[in-house]
Amino acid sequence: MQNQKQNHLDAENKEVELVIGQILRVGVIVAAVVILFGLILLFGTGSTGYPAGVHPSRIMSIVSGTVALKPYAVLMTGIFLLILTPVLRVVVSIYAFVKEHDRLYAIITSVVLVILVAAMIIGYFGK
Amino acid sequence: MHELLLLLLTGLGAGILGAIMGIGGGMIITPVLTVIMGLPIQYAIAASVIAVIATSSGSTIAYLRDDMLNLRVAMFLEIATTVGAVVGAIVSGLVNTKFLYWLFGALLIFSSYNMVRKLLGKKDAAPATTNDAIASKLRLNGTYYDKAAMKQVDYSVTNVPGGFVMMFGAGIASGLLGIGSGAFKVIAMDTIMHMPLKPSSATSNLMMGVTAAASATVYFFNGSLQPEIAGPLAIGILVGATIGTRVMQVLPTRVLRMIFIPIVAYMGLQMLFKGFGVSF
Repeated sequence: MQNQKQNHLDAENKEVELVIGQILRVGVIVAAVVILFGLILLFGTGSTGYPAGVHPSRIMSIVSGTVALKPYAVLMTGIFLLILTPVLRVVVSIYAFVKEHDRLYAIITSVVLVILVAAMIIGYFGK
Repeated sequence: MHELLLLLLTGLGAGILGAIMGIGGGMIITPVLTVIMGLPIQYAIAASVIAVIATSSGSTIAYLRDDMLNLRVAMFLEIATTVGAVVGAIVSGLVNTKFLYWLFGALLIFSSYNMVRKLLGKKDAAPATTNDAIASKLRLNGTYYDKAAMKQVDYSVTNVPGGFVMMFGAGIASGLLGIGSGAFKVIAMDTIMHMPLKPSSATSNLMMGVTAAASATVYFFNGSLQPEIAGPLAIGILVGATIGTRVMQVLPTRVLRMIFIPIVAYMGLQMLFKGFGVSF
């Protein structure tokens, strides 16, 4: 009985890990595709979409530039998505630990997420 | 076009090496960008941070699938590195970085000496299966399948507080000196906590992306990140890291260590020289 329960739990954990792997893979592939698309635009049009030596670095200008398919803005979007992939990793790990009924690690990983997000917010406003 | 090819190839090389060793590849990328392409150092550092994330995310997918990394060790120690990185960023300007370069440089040299001794000593000793109270309580012990030895390896970790302190130091180093601290992370797990080298490297790969994400945000929004540099570099690295994860798993641990030692020694020397005001 105990054994059966354990097996069931292990199978569930395996499934959770597979799902996490899928989510992370999709995240990285999306970032890579957007960057590739930006590079193709850049070399296809031969223009960056901005004056020489300028690239967008604030959220609003990147979003509006991406909508207008300006190569540099698309590249920045892709790079930003790539920066978010480690955050995604932490978020899905919390989900995994909760699913595995591992309270201790759900808490530990949540602490990591809080520190990370706080540091990113400081990074956005600071310097 | 020529520049694009150079960036893609540099990324490819850095991605392969980074995924194998659990390091960010900044030591390859920064010289190529500054010396060969003549880019200012702050742009090169910004690109290196993106490179760290690309290496980390590219390799973690494979290492997670193959059960090579230890998610609990990663998340537990990640508290130390992220807090360390924030502390490092806050106190930067208050402390003499020269002193820190000496300290961390000496630490790396000492570690490479230690690893040489380990290499010359007993032949790939079976990983310790001691029963460490803290490690058991935190459920840090793990298992992985070694494709080179073709067997399942169960391992337990020891000296968790020591590893935690070292990780805190690694975090401070990355926050303060702007370096990816993959080598320190591998040393903390492999040398201090006695975790086998392969899962140490894979786990370091996962962790360094999380640590780098915060500093990447700084560079992204303050304008030092050049999209035409970071973009091709990231693509090259993602491909390289995918290759690297395959190579690492079939390499015998001894060979892995033989590649790791000169890299750590080189980085240590580089930091010592930087402490004396010479950079190369």
